[in-house]
Amino acid sequence: MRDRYALALGDDALVLAQRLGEWVARAPELEEDVALANIALDLLGQARTMLTYAGELEGTGRDEDALAYWRDDRDFRNALLVELPNGDFAVTMARQLVFAAYQYELYDRLRASTDDTLAAVAGKAVKEVHYHRDHATQWVLRLGDGTDESRRRMVAGLATVWPYAEELFDGDDVTAALSAEGVAVDPATLREPWTAYVEGVLAEAGLERPADAAPRRGGRRGLHTEHLGYLLAEMQHLHRSHPEATW
Amino acid sequence: MAATDEREAAFYAIVDSDGRIEPRDDMPEAYRKTLIRQIAQHAHSEIIGMQPEGNWISRAPSLRRKAILLAKVQDEAGHGLYLYAAAETLGVSRDQLLELLHTKRQKYSSIFNYPTLTWADVGAIGWLVDGAAITNQVPLTRCSYGPYARAMVRICKEESFHQRQGFESLLTLTRGSAAQKAMAQDALDRWWYPSLAMFGPPDTGEQAAPGGHTEQSMRWGIKRFSNDELRQRFVDMTVPQSEVLGLTIPDPGLRWNEERGHYDFTAPDYDELFRVIKGDGPCNEQRLRHRVDAQNDGAWVREAAGAYAAKQQARRREAAA
Repeated sequence: MRDRYALALGDDALVLAQRLGEWVARAPELEEDVALANIALDLLGQARTMLTYAGELEGTGRDEDALAYWRDDRDFRNALLVELPNGDFAVTMARQLVFAAYQYELYDRLRASTDDTLAAVAGKAVKEVHYHRDHATQWVLRLGDGTDESRRRMVAGLATVWPYAEELFDGDDVTAALSAEGVAVDPATLREPWTAYVEGVLAEAGLERPADAAPRRGGRRGLHTEHLGYLLAEMQHLHRSHPEATW
Repeated sequence: MAATDEREAAFYAIVDSDGRIEPRDDMPEAYRKTLIRQIAQHAHSEIIGMQPEGNWISRAPSLRRKAILLAKVQDEAGHGLYLYAAAETLGVSRDQLLELLHTKRQKYSSIFNYPTLTWADVGAIGWLVDGAAITNQVPLTRCSYGPYARAMVRICKEESFHQRQGFESLLTLTRGSAAQKAMAQDALDRWWYPSLAMFGPPDTGEQAAPGGHTEQSMRWGIKRFSNDELRQRFVDMTVPQSEVLGLTIPDPGLRWNEERGHYDFTAPDYDELFRVIKGDGPCNEQRLRHRVDAQNDGAWVREAAGAYAAKQQARRREAAA
């Protein structure tokens, strides 16, 4: 069961790292090429640790690459939010704010996990995620309180990602059992601090909280959007073309 | 007149004693212009150079290789930033320099106009292209202009690291399956001559660099070795490495010359080099288009950042009043 938990956390980080990697060499400023690559690299590091741990817990000998490259989209456990296309810079920053604010609250609490590995990963990740959250916050402020055009795009970006936020706080049998043991964090407990943070940023940027729409969910059960199949086809193609190879 | 002579004498006294010219020192206008052009084109090369490798980030065949590649491309953006900052000490802005790149009035390294067709190309770029860049750049750590020399110290350290990683990536391929080894050989076949051409036109003959750039740059302490000297150094360093890899350099004329103590080799096709530099290589259009699109697509973001900063400043002023 812990393997399924680690897998979900690892998949979130892996898929978002893949999306952020797409920005490299096309960011609005060189500084942003550096920042987005940096965030992608942090997330990829988290993904590798979590997938490696999931493989160990599973005990079937699957390593990080077996898990990243040889599962199909029906077996990926990431939240739908992270697989959403980058869109324009405002969509990407809206997605970053929603996700980094969630991940910050999550890892902040996961440091107290009774599972030493998860606690250790969370201890390292929380520092990285603190920076990611700050980066997204600064951009939401700049775009929301910048020009009319940037504000219009920021409003649209938030509306695009907002229906996918709710899934982050969904519990299931895995999180219920593991949080009762003190291993996992019950995602429902993150909603309140997440809301306080995100609404604080939106208020400062002079933006309204997007209208509630029907929440989109399913990623944790392997029921994804149509976007994930293409992302995985691209990510996995070379590895799968040489099944016996090491790189 | 006398004052100008004195200033020029002071400049050459620093250069001749292997000292460093700093941004506030007097310098000949031609020296300043040459440095702006060279440092800017070096910066542009870092920025355009993100594209051929960036092309494989999403498809890297293991998570470890993906992380290494992401870190490398991030370093390149960082190198571009150092170099634009070094150029700015000479009285130009990054925006001006990017505008010159985008309107084809400044160039970037010819090598980045070649496509990365397989994963092995990423390793070949690390090994050969970064290897050639280091050969070119290590002497620049002692160049007469202080900010450029200091930027090169940092950049060369990171480039050496990337070069080893590229070599190691190719070594893994050549120790792997037949398909992987073939992929590595094919990459070497395609990148060898473009890498040799990175050193520029030959020193002598019909195709030699026109206008005596090299001589002037040497007099100014910007350049310390000629194109052909550096190219020879690169070949001498690379051939033994290709032997370790078990790969064949695609040059039937390559052989050790006992008398010279160097490898003899067939020179690159300089006509091709000139064509690529003039804009007619396989990816010139694509690379520049991509860069200009990134700049244009990001304009509203930069405008927003500017507007926000101005608002914040106005608010602080109001609060203080």
